[in-house]
Amino acid sequence: MSTPNTRRVVIEPLTRVEGHGKVTLLLDENNQVEQARLHIVEFRGFERFIQGRPFWELPVLVQRLCGICPVSHHLCAAKAVDGIVGAEDLPLTAEKMRRLMHYGQMYQSHALHFFYLASPDLLFGFDAPVEKRNVIGVIAEYPDLAVQGVMMRKFGQEVIKATAGKKVHGTGAIPGGINKNLSIEERDFLLQDMDKMVEWSRAAVRIAKDYTLDNLEAVAGFGSFDSNHLSLVRQDGAMDLYDGNLRAVDSVGDTIIDQVSPLDYLEVIAEEVRPWSYMKFPFLKSVGPEEGWYRVGPLARINTCDFIDTPEAEAARKDFLSLTEGQPSNVTMAYHWARMIEALHAAEKIQLLLHDADLQGEDLVADFGGRREEYVAILEAPRGTLLHHYKVDENDQVTMANLIVSTTCNNEPMNRTVQKIASDSISGAPEITEGLLNNIEVGIRAYDPCLSCATHALGQMPLEVTLVDRQGRLIDRLARPE
Amino acid sequence: MSDRISLTIDGRQIEAEPGQTILEAAEEAGVYIPRLCWMKGLSAFGSCRVCTVRVNGRPQSACTQPAAPGMVVENDTQELRELRRSLIDMLFIEGNHFCMFCEKSGDCELQALAYRLGITAPQYPFMFPQRELDATHPEIFVDRNRCILCGRCVRASQELDGKHVFGFVGRGAGKKVAVNAESGLGGTDAAGDDEAVAACPTGSLLKKRVGFAVPVGQRRFDHQPIGSEIEQAQSEE
Ligand code: SF4
Ligand code: FES
Repeated sequence: MSTPNTRRVVIEPLTRVEGHGKVTLLLDENNQVEQARLHIVEFRGFERFIQGRPFWELPVLVQRLCGICPVSHHLCAAKAVDGIVGAEDLPLTAEKMRRLMHYGQMYQSHALHFFYLASPDLLFGFDAPVEKRNVIGVIAEYPDLAVQGVMMRKFGQEVIKATAGKKVHGTGAIPGGINKNLSIEERDFLLQDMDKMVEWSRAAVRIAKDYTLDNLEAVAGFGSFDSNHLSLVRQDGAMDLYDGNLRAVDSVGDTIIDQVSPLDYLEVIAEEVRPWSYMKFPFLKSVGPEEGWYRVGPLARINTCDFIDTPEAEAARKDFLSLTEGQPSNVTMAYHWARMIEALHAAEKIQLLLHDADLQGEDLVADFGGRREEYVAILEAPRGTLLHHYKVDENDQVTMANLIVSTTCNNEPMNRTVQKIASDSISGAPEITEGLLNNIEVGIRAYDPCLSCATHALGQMPLEVTLVDRQGRLIDRLARPE
Repeated sequence: MSDRISLTIDGRQIEAEPGQTILEAAEEAGVYIPRLCWMKGLSAFGSCRVCTVRVNGRPQSACTQPAAPGMVVENDTQELRELRRSLIDMLFIEGNHFCMFCEKSGDCELQALAYRLGITAPQYPFMFPQRELDATHPEIFVDRNRCILCGRCVRASQELDGKHVFGFVGRGAGKKVAVNAESGLGGTDAAGDDEAVAACPTGSLLKKRVGFAVPVGQRRFDHQPIGSEIEQAQSEE
């Protein structure tokens, strides 16, 4: 796609995004940003590493893909393995324990993103100095809020520990079920803080909403563009983060696909390979590679579902969509608001489950039915739709694994966001301003991308921006100290 | 009773039956001597050297050395702890032991010994050998990545199961546990309930589809280090 008439602006790596990213801006002769390319180093070796392993290892093995949302991989693989062993209906205790684990994961991940990574931008403004625009700044100026963020994350982790045995990389889900129920002690321990969690989630929705409405003019167009949206929904159209069928709508809410079983994903989704990126570009086949890309994650899920089956989150969803008169919202920065609605939904779900005696049941594993050699499972991870597809041979060894992670689905949307932000900012002077850097970071962060899906450390990474002309000569460089 | 043997271990006087090894006598007295290739009910093999003690100053494997009157045995010394650490360390680096997704984790004697001896990270470089996984049997599988060549399966198959499913082939770095059928484990008369399977101290020889059925917190070594049961048995008396 690079033509002789384009110049490149390189920004690397992004701060406060899990993993490493590097952005190249391709300028045309008139210094207009023609295209943005977010280079993501994805850990693809994993799919080969899985080959030959016994399939029952998968849920524990694949969660090592990610230190941030291991539970999503754990549960998605477990659902796929249920299919392999022919466990059609899980005992209620197993199904609900897994859901509890999943909502705990959703809750802690959303809290982490909102309070640690996003709130500095929202509270201090995108142009606030970097020294202030971080979680330390939030702790200094909004100590109560910072404490809430920490406690919400911790609560989610405790839910994970009670269901998976450990806060990170536990074992809970096994083929056809779960390896433990929730003891009365574990339940009561979690119930102690439950009301507070719902209350704080409510408050977080308010913060995100107020922020969006107060800054509507600036926020509405910021890195925004019309797009398709995709997620799982329940049979009745309700939001379902753990299970369901695929639905995709276009930018005005018209249905593109609906109730497509995960098993049929290859009929509706294809992945495009582009020479400059290791990461693929998924698209809806019926729309084609040019226009068929879609967004996933909190914004997409609010846009695709017909309703949310918990009262407070449902009220918040209606409130959210009233801004766009019931049509999908295509505002990139509205991801934050949508994310907090989901956090509230997760809190409500956790509360319901903690009061459900099924969680103390003793029937933990389904009977295995007809064995399958291939299966596909999908769930909604915090960052969006996650797909695991496996093939297994007659000796129980994995022969093929294909994983489509949410950050891959949001690949094209993130590029669009960066392109939009950059072209709004760079017009004329071939230089990178601190403001542009900030804005690009803020735009990408809205998606909460997990860029490597491998190992990564939380925290600040140095930022370096390089401006290169079409001959490859360095024109400008802007770097942040480590 | 009169023919009981008296010896000391780390300065403590203990008694042994004639014919007992140092390891057995120590165990009866509530003293844990670390071991890997030794297993109660099987003949001693003396290959792993983890049970090395000093007997009257000379290094000996406690699992093969008979107790004798007046022996002065050193077991829990800095020097021997370090030696054992090195041995365990080498077992880790010469195989592919990824505890983080091994279903035997929390229940594995190799891992438990590493914890007991305070190994947090290996001091030698990993060798990442190429090893095979044989899953041709419908009920069990052997993942040689995790095999430490202790020979417990070999002996258990012969001595307890009355079969000859397992044996060693090759030498040195090429040594591996083999099965007595060309087509692999599936061609042997091994069965899921064989003592040989239960005898494996690591996640090398396992029953299929058991996986992570035991939750974290309920596994054998989740709450106490390996050997504690031996030490506690004595202190409770
Ligand atoms: S398979 Fe297990 S029991 Fe057999 S030699 Fe290897 S580690 Fe020892
Ligand atoms: S236990 Fe004595 S040599 Fe292995």
